[in-house]
Amino acid sequence: MSTEAALKRTPLFEVYKDYGAKVIDFGGWELPVQFSSIIEEHEAVRNDAGLFDVSHMGEVLVEGKDAESYINYLITNDVTKIAVNKTQYTAMCYPDGGTIDDFLVYKLADEKYLLVVNAANIEKDYEWMEKHVKGDVTLNNISSETALLALQGPKAANILQKLTDLDLSEIAPFSFKQHINLDGIEDVLVSRTGYTGEDGFELYLANSDVKSLWKKLLQAGEEDGLKPCGLGARDTLRLEARLALYGQELTKDISPLEAGIGFAVKTNKESDFIGKSSLAKQKEEGLKRKLVGVEVTGRGIPRTGYKVFSEGEEEIGFITSGTRSPSLKKNLGLAMISTEHAKPDTPLKIEIRNKLIDAVVVKTPFYKKG
Amino acid sequence: MTNTTASLLYSKEHEWVLKLDESRVRVGISDYAQKELGDIVFVENPEVDDEVTANEFMGSIESVKAVSDLYSPVSGVIVRVNEELEDAPETINEQPYDAGWLVEVELSNPEELESLLNEEEYQAFVSEGAE
Repeated sequence: MSTEAALKRTPLFEVYKDYGAKVIDFGGWELPVQFSSIIEEHEAVRNDAGLFDVSHMGEVLVEGKDAESYINYLITNDVTKIAVNKTQYTAMCYPDGGTIDDFLVYKLADEKYLLVVNAANIEKDYEWMEKHVKGDVTLNNISSETALLALQGPKAANILQKLTDLDLSEIAPFSFKQHINLDGIEDVLVSRTGYTGEDGFELYLANSDVKSLWKKLLQAGEEDGLKPCGLGARDTLRLEARLALYGQELTKDISPLEAGIGFAVKTNKESDFIGKSSLAKQKEEGLKRKLVGVEVTGRGIPRTGYKVFSEGEEEIGFITSGTRSPSLKKNLGLAMISTEHAKPDTPLKIEIRNKLIDAVVVKTPFYKKG
Repeated sequence: MTNTTASLLYSKEHEWVLKLDESRVRVGISDYAQKELGDIVFVENPEVDDEVTANEFMGSIESVKAVSDLYSPVSGVIVRVNEELEDAPETINEQPYDAGWLVEVELSNPEELESLLNEEEYQAFVSEGAE
């Protein structure tokens, strides 16, 4: 007897096969890991453009007179610093400073926000948010009715511009416009954000319109080399750009400070927030461990969970993510290691299949757009 | 050097075996396996003089996304390793039956070959698994 729950699918599932997708179980979701080849898709995003279905991401609407103060109590960043139509990256922590999730906050209006959370964390986050409701606040989990496409790469703006009269140069990074018409598809939220280290857009819209937008974009981008991309390329792209992935760089046992996203932790903000005193203490006392980039100089590819050793072969931490970098042609990873070994150029060893392989601490991001 | 796949034998771990002479074979992975793995970026073969055992671990092969074990389809001693793969592992994707071969083995028990699948049986095995 199988106790396996049915895999969840996005509204685009049925069109994947038309584009040759290889579909895998990704945290309970049936999603495309690749369409043609991870390396080809990765290069398309670096050089031209790629289109991702990320409709599995979760969306929570927060409305009410106290929405701002409520969100500010939940998150580590300071939501009072953003204006309407601006986006902010933040973490949400437990009282001990461990991370519940990392996400984007969209300020839709003065008393209306959209939180875009990781797919695997939707239920956990929503429960946490409900548990901490204070004042005049209404929560609404609209994840299952909201689709999301990410159009990423140096040619993304050029491609998207073909579908709209709106001048896209008006949308700065971490900004967005609401209720945009894209070639007849009404009411799209067009956000200049992404998870690849390139320029690009994330497009939020109703489930019922997403197949149509997917096809229109691929058609409009054909001459620019736009390719449908899967989660495999999304992972190599974000890793080269050193963007954290929840479950790997960030977990309930890893604080956002340790993971190197201290820019999103405002322990000096006026309002109290969950985790504030623990995180302030971590800052004050200095971090015992931190996330660094590593490059394998011997033969091997670092992978999640591999142990990291000092040159003197003392265990000092572990790999959170690693891959063969398609852009840099090196075997790279992120490692959570004790701070005393974290300086660039420090030699390390990584245990790969019972052998200690030479590696070195390197600066991140590994890749920066040219 | 072009192998016709009709003369190959296969293991259920998706390795092919080409008989070079009475006691020596060449081993690689099937076209189905390379497609399933996706872009291959790293191969860790056994070394010359290593002993290998049928259906046991002999090395690793990594795609961008994942690490997979390689199982030897035969028992014997490694006599040659495809060193070209060290710098060009993508050759396995491009030419799985030719330049993308992995190792050559001097067989300790040539009768083991009888338990491998022929081309027709292997294709049937693959299409069953794909259902």
